[in-house]
Amino acid sequence: MRKGKIQIQMAHHKLAPRQYLILLLVAVCAPLGDSCLSRGMTHLEPISLANPATLIGAVFTPWIALGIALLIAFFASYLTALSWADLTYVLPATAFGNVIVALLARFWLHDAISVERWAGIVLITLGVSFVAQGPSLTERPASAVPEGQPR
Amino acid sequence: MNLPNSAPHPGPLAAAAMIAAIVLCSTAGEVFTAAAMKSIGDLDLIRARSGLKGAIRAVLTSPLFFLGVGFLALAFFSLLLALNHLNLSLVAPASASLTLVTNAIAGKIFLKENVDRRRWTAAILVCIGVYLLAH
Repeated sequence: MRKGKIQIQMAHHKLAPRQYLILLLVAVCAPLGDSCLSRGMTHLEPISLANPATLIGAVFTPWIALGIALLIAFFASYLTALSWADLTYVLPATAFGNVIVALLARFWLHDAISVERWAGIVLITLGVSFVAQGPSLTERPASAVPEGQPR
Repeated sequence: MNLPNSAPHPGPLAAAAMIAAIVLCSTAGEVFTAAAMKSIGDLDLIRARSGLKGAIRAVLTSPLFFLGVGFLALAFFSLLLALNHLNLSLVAPASASLTLVTNAIAGKIFLKENVDRRRWTAAILVCIGVYLLAH
């Protein structure tokens, strides 16, 4: 290390199975939550801003309540992941959720997927596999590691 | 009641400015949130030591976290504004994919993350992939 210069390197941080589970929750909860909100809102009567109470009532319908619960689970898992992994490591995981939802739509709901969308699925999967092979966290000098952070 | 949208169709510069506002606010929000979580430390360890309440308290007492959430809220309202003038098929893929690249740049500059060739390649592949998937 050169004197006076903080060197920041990639450490060989391997994630525990539990941490991969958190990343899976990050990937799955956001698109599923959005899908539940979309399904819930399209099944409601058109809501006017002149009657905002209807909007509050919508929160208590089953699909929208499930969507909100999934989005809260996403945010909690996302914050947890950011506490032990780099932002540039976690973000591709969030994009991978779109692939999961597209594949679910294809094989579960039998939706058609265009060639462009298949190309998108392949590119995202390739990108995520690139990142997943590398370390999850940039190594900091010991003095820069905050309380509670594994050294 | 369906009201006709009488707003004039925005030009390319106005459309670019609306998408840029979403991307910039979203990037700022992600970077501040990530910085907050890094300064708090490993939430799993804090939860093991102080319980779930301790972990929630650690997050909710971080000013950086609220700054991040504030910018994410701004990004959300910028998205709503853009959707009022532009098509979803343009706004959603453009903002989602550009945000991935700006986050990689911001992560390198502000969070001092080591964005190596592998991560740059991944950011660009995922960026194009998200555009194709959402378009």
